[in-house]
Amino acid sequence: MHSPADIATSWPEAIYAHFRRIGVRQVGYVPDAGHSRLITLCQNDPQITDVVLTTEEEGVGLVAGAALGGQRAALLMQSSGVGNCVNMFSLLRNCGFGCIALVTMRGEFGEFNPWQVPMGAITEEVLRLCGFLTYRVESADAVDEIVGAGCDMAFNGDLAVAILLSQRLIGRKQWTR
Amino acid sequence: MMLDRRKFVQRLLVDRGDLLVVPGLGSATYDVAAAGDHPLNFYLWGAMGGTAMIALGLALARPDRRVVAIPGDGDMLMGLGSLATIGVKQPKNLVVVVLDNARYGETGMQPSHTDAGVDFERMALASRFRQARTVTRIEEATEVRKLLHAGEGPILINSKIKPEDVPRVLPLRDGHAIKQRFIAALNAA
Repeated sequence: MHSPADIATSWPEAIYAHFRRIGVRQVGYVPDAGHSRLITLCQNDPQITDVVLTTEEEGVGLVAGAALGGQRAALLMQSSGVGNCVNMFSLLRNCGFGCIALVTMRGEFGEFNPWQVPMGAITEEVLRLCGFLTYRVESADAVDEIVGAGCDMAFNGDLAVAILLSQRLIGRKQWTR
Repeated sequence: MMLDRRKFVQRLLVDRGDLLVVPGLGSATYDVAAAGDHPLNFYLWGAMGGTAMIALGLALARPDRRVVAIPGDGDMLMGLGSLATIGVKQPKNLVVVVLDNARYGETGMQPSHTDAGVDFERMALASRFRQARTVTRIEEATEVRKLLHAGEGPILINSKIKPEDVPRVLPLRDGHAIKQRFIAALNAA
């Protein structure tokens, strides 16, 4: 059993465990503080090819190409990255590619930077308009169940699924200087 | 000297063996279709800027197969960052053949950035591609074809094609059908 304190900090491990369970073999990401632990876990896994992107939009193409080649791929991004992907998401819908996107939210609970708010405030709605099923995670103890369900839907059902990891879960971004 | 796009693509794909081909939206897709429909063509009708990245995901998933992305210059310009992303991953089995007529052909032949001298060859080299070259003569097609099948990637071929309007050759357009046909053919091989 994990103590509540463990779960509060180990939710990236819960996501990673589902990647392993469902057989994710490629992970596309733009470096992100909220996803840093999960990115490190993926980088250290010889079964997973980690692909650092210049823009999240590239990751949509990566997912499609991986699927054509018989591999499952996951996308890690910040809420701002969702806006970078909008037209490319049409690839998923037109061809019926399954996709799991883990989105760390900015521009909400405790955000210090107003420039993050316009995109953060519309992220979930934009994903839905683009054909994604969206699920929000507000607390660490819900990560395992929701991410597990999302992965199953994405890869067993060829559906586009986005898990929104709330800013309350990942913690407020701290000014470091 | 510049290339006849149809003749050039046709020569690249002659006796293509088990090449996996991802042509970009618009004329590149028509050129690849004109060279002969094939289930291992993943035709794009949209997703502008994504051609090279789809090919990268495929190349990483299938290191045992040769993968060729064929974007037009407008498509490549929209996805320039993907050159850097490919440069990081260094896929040995990936070749990007840009069909560069320095024009946006689908929208009325407006000049693209390459018309002003923006150069994919040097961008690819600066992005750590293993090889990059600019091709202007049809006689070079034979050598480029060899690179598609056996060159150590990532490779970029900047193909200078004539800015001409050629008849459209329209392949399958249903995305689900294109995907399913591709996957079935790849799994059967």
